[in-house]
Amino acid sequence: MARRVKIVLQAAAVAVVALLVVLLGWRVAQQEEGRGLDDAVAGGEQPTAPDFTLEALDGDGTISLSDYRGKAVVLNFWASWCGPCKTEAPLLQSAWERYRDRGLVVLGVDAQDFKTDGRRFAERYGLTYPIAHDQDGVTLGRYGYSAFPETWFVDREGRLVGEHIQGEFSEDQLEENIRLALES
Amino acid sequence: VTRALLLGLLLALAVAAPVAASEEKPTLAELEREVICPTCHTTLELSDAPVADRMRAFIRERIAAGDTKTEIKASLVESFGEGVLAAPPREGFNWLAWILPLAGAAAAIVVVGVAARRWVRRTPEEHPLDPELEQRLDDELARFDA
Repeated sequence: MARRVKIVLQAAAVAVVALLVVLLGWRVAQQEEGRGLDDAVAGGEQPTAPDFTLEALDGDGTISLSDYRGKAVVLNFWASWCGPCKTEAPLLQSAWERYRDRGLVVLGVDAQDFKTDGRRFAERYGLTYPIAHDQDGVTLGRYGYSAFPETWFVDREGRLVGEHIQGEFSEDQLEENIRLALES
Repeated sequence: VTRALLLGLLLALAVAAPVAASEEKPTLAELEREVICPTCHTTLELSDAPVADRMRAFIRERIAAGDTKTEIKASLVESFGEGVLAAPPREGFNWLAWILPLAGAAAAIVVVGVAARRWVRRTPEEHPLDPELEQRLDDELARFDA
């Protein structure tokens, strides 16, 4: 009997340790996914952009990346407290207005930010393109986030193309990568 | 028994009163210890990131507006998710985070207790000394005494 109890306890201990190792592995794999994307794009590959569904910043329903399949997407991660994001916002709005008829969508992801601050920011810069609020920052790890702002470009097939721009982009960089996304 | 009950009651009151005061009138300092900066993943008190400054300003505003600690934390969770709390709320799956360390400590105490008890109970009869060794020990001691 005592032997059986001992075996059960040992098995339970092994199971708990195995569970913790699996959880750790899952967490590390999540973090690595984004880094893998970065390496792939830098190496000229065109991996599929990880899909996500987030609450719209204006509170009107949800926004999924897959909603825009068939269109090219400029995926811009930002926060209202980020300085360079203030420079980028008018450029993104301008690109959205100029290219939307050709099948381009600018999709903003406001993260690590107060929703109210994000909304004020969008109002201040007159942003009319769709913006999602990432409450838990789930997309950041999946896209290999390091610091705001960051921008990815997605083609009509849902593949990441062009550059992964970490930090503020220049107007030329934005134009060139939009062209790649539209033509890819 | 009455004395013990009174003492227990006094102790409970001594603990409950500051907790209730902290809930009703929280301070920035205590919330800074209970909230995590989402960009640097340290408590707010250790962070000077822009978002941490904004969060401190928000907490000050809410304290001035008379919000309770629970209300302020709920507002922060609404924007930043549960990860903004230094300790997970005691509900649902989060209970595991509270229970597992206690269960682990209890299990360790039981294991150490059982092992210690077995060790103490071990009598020399259970592990008799080899007669040859015993004889040799006696001889050595006798020689030493001489």
